[in-house]
Amino acid sequence: MIPELGHFALILALCVALAQGTVPLIGAARGDQRAMAFARPAALLQLALVLAAFLALMHAYVTSDFTVANVVANSHSSKPLLYKISGVWGNHEGSMVLWVLILAVFGSAVALFGGNLPPSLRARVLAIQALIAVGFLAFTLFTSNPFERVFPAPINGRDLNPLLQDPGLAFHPPMLYMGYVGFSVAFSFAIAALIEGRVDAAWGRWVRPWTLVAWCCLTAGIALGSWWAYYELGWGGWWFWDPVENVSFMPWLLGTALLHSSIVVEKREALKTWTILLAILTFALSLIGTFIVRSGLLTSVHAFATDPERGLFILLLLCITIGGSLILFAVRAPALKSGGLFAPVSREGALVLNNLLLSVACATVFLGTMYPLFAETFGYKATVGAPFFNLTFAPIMTPLVAFMAIGPFLSWKRGDLAGVLGRLKLAILAAILAAAITLYLQGGPVIPALALGLAAWLFAGAVLEWTGRIKLFRAPPGESWRRAVNLPRSAHGMTLAHAGMAVAIAGMVASSTWKVEEILIMRPGDTVSVAGYDYRLEGVERHRGPNYFSDTATLTVTRDGQAVAVQRPEKRMYPVQQMPTTEAAIHTTGLYDLYTAIGDPDGQGGHTVRIFFEPLVPWIWAGALLMMLGGAVSLSDRRLRVGAPRRKRVPAGAAAASA
Amino acid sequence: MSEAVKDGGKAGLMRRRLIYLSPVLVFAVLAGYFLWGLNPDRNPRILPSAMIDKPAPEFDAGPLAGMDLPGLATADLAGGQVSLVNFFASWCIPCRAEHPLLMALAERGEVAIYGFNYKNKPAEARAWLAQLGNPYSRIGTDQSGRIGIDWGVSGVPETFVIDGAGRIRYRHWGPLDRGALEDKILPLIKELHG
Repeated sequence: MIPELGHFALILALCVALAQGTVPLIGAARGDQRAMAFARPAALLQLALVLAAFLALMHAYVTSDFTVANVVANSHSSKPLLYKISGVWGNHEGSMVLWVLILAVFGSAVALFGGNLPPSLRARVLAIQALIAVGFLAFTLFTSNPFERVFPAPINGRDLNPLLQDPGLAFHPPMLYMGYVGFSVAFSFAIAALIEGRVDAAWGRWVRPWTLVAWCCLTAGIALGSWWAYYELGWGGWWFWDPVENVSFMPWLLGTALLHSSIVVEKREALKTWTILLAILTFALSLIGTFIVRSGLLTSVHAFATDPERGLFILLLLCITIGGSLILFAVRAPALKSGGLFAPVSREGALVLNNLLLSVACATVFLGTMYPLFAETFGYKATVGAPFFNLTFAPIMTPLVAFMAIGPFLSWKRGDLAGVLGRLKLAILAAILAAAITLYLQGGPVIPALALGLAAWLFAGAVLEWTGRIKLFRAPPGESWRRAVNLPRSAHGMTLAHAGMAVAIAGMVASSTWKVEEILIMRPGDTVSVAGYDYRLEGVERHRGPNYFSDTATLTVTRDGQAVAVQRPEKRMYPVQQMPTTEAAIHTTGLYDLYTAIGDPDGQGGHTVRIFFEPLVPWIWAGALLMMLGGAVSLSDRRLRVGAPRRKRVPAGAAAASA
Repeated sequence: MSEAVKDGGKAGLMRRRLIYLSPVLVFAVLAGYFLWGLNPDRNPRILPSAMIDKPAPEFDAGPLAGMDLPGLATADLAGGQVSLVNFFASWCIPCRAEHPLLMALAERGEVAIYGFNYKNKPAEARAWLAQLGNPYSRIGTDQSGRIGIDWGVSGVPETFVIDGAGRIRYRHWGPLDRGALEDKILPLIKELHG
């Protein structure tokens, strides 16, 4: 009964979305207040309906209702509760319901918090959100119904892919989807602005918080995903340039660009059409990100729902959403008034450079990911692996990071580069010191040492900009404190995010360069020394978990005879899916990780053991956390909440000057 | 003033319109690719080499330092002899898995087995070969992975069958297994020997 109710709620949600996608649009075109006002209650009703459907599906999972085909395919009665819940979105059909649910959450958030928006803009934004929902609700209902029943019901389910039975991955898809879907709000704002034919500073200010929310969630989603890959795949790696990873990285790159270009729209009313295009493309890439890996177009090591049958429907949806919005862009954008002029060396100029480099980086990842498909049309098959990306990505990121420290110092309209470099003397010193110390301690190679110097430059630059603003050490502490309190939250947020980026880069560079790895066969009692630490294999025992067996090794780690850690890496076997997983043991000091994983027995009493020394690897996620924190702090900025309702009138004189 | 701008901007406006049209045109091409890619007969999981039936790419890989074995260059593949080229690394567990098969193949002596030591420190590769045995008669070093890019290698291990004229005839992706060896690679080698 409950699954049918869920199914019915989903159908009703589609009907509501259809009405919400049309009535307010017509109302906005005719100036009909009542039709426009329909959008808000409709958005809330839609959320209630989709939530009901989602909870119905979750109920089926938690109670192990094996009359539902989706539960049979992805669950098992002996699975821990957490994974029964995460199993809801660990499959194609369920993840579609989650996708639509998050879309509805964002729609109602706009309805609830958008009280300060002009009625016509709000009506249009909500209508476009609803039109997106129409497409994906229809896709879910017609091709991927999660509530389908099976008869007769099997005794037990086929269990969830064991790789997905992990706390990190339980929350990775929801975060990722919140990022992807969050960009739909910026997209809807862009389309609404194109329909209205007007983009101004207020528009930039309204779009920014939504972009920030999406960006924070996407950052969290990507970080969680890479953390999962790090400890679950057992290879000590945290990024594999796999298509699934790339498609989440592309909207992040463009979303970061959008975050910065919308500042220019807000402050200077420049880059308007470019920002609109970025908003469209970021969401387009999010859509491609969600769907391309499950359409069977590209293969990936860990795509979990590929089905070419659904591909055509997906493609149709992509064509309508992306193609339609780009046509609208081609028709309406040329008529948008362009804004203020600026010199190449200026805050705007720096942000343009940021956008340019991030777009090029995104295009590179896009080409690398799609190349196999393009190559195939010319009659040959190809794969593009990590070497391509590592080779092309670093040269793009280097100038980006170099200018990232300079940009915030430049003033709007026209900046003084020489003066800025003068203020960055300490950062230059920090960069040289970091590179020199690295070279001294590690003895090379040179380029990664320079890259660490670059990270130090960015970190010091971000901190110097902040201390400069609050006049730390140059004014009495009381005044610095007052300045820090009065400083806009977004300024604090920027400092945190930029510093976080520096920390993450240092982690990425150091862990890929100075990682020490040892793979060998060990018998109980064997000792091996890796990067100055002695690992002794005490033994391997078999344990029984709720739905798996586990071979757990015990390794004691010592350094110069002093005990450091006891590590218990596991190799698990999930009998239902006949699939093994590795659970690495990680001992972290904050500066480096000692990482061990256990492999297969060799049949003669020994086991393959993988031991990694991973320098600075925790910094990658610490940096990502700092970036998210920066986003959250920036989000709490007063201007974004209170300042937005007052739509500033552009003074007549300024309008003439910029025309 | 606005009139003057309108008149002077006619040609400029057309050009601007074209620029604004370009994103949708790019997307149209992309959508075309996607539509083609959805063809159900197409299976992207089958990964023959980009250069199947084409000459192996130009390369000259130095020998593995500290080993008494020659390096590997393009000319070595075109010597009229059928050869098996295997990308390996000591850090690669699947390489360890396929290694006994390569050893067995080397013992039979039907085909020359050449190796590319891929992104691997020479000392580690030497220790690995010392522990598990060396099936290779030539080993080229691909420390940077550049040769791997030219060959279109997506990861190690990968194995290529090269005919006597130096053309790539077959590519095996991932670790060799008995099935692939007996059904595909050995018959092909036999056929190439004529």
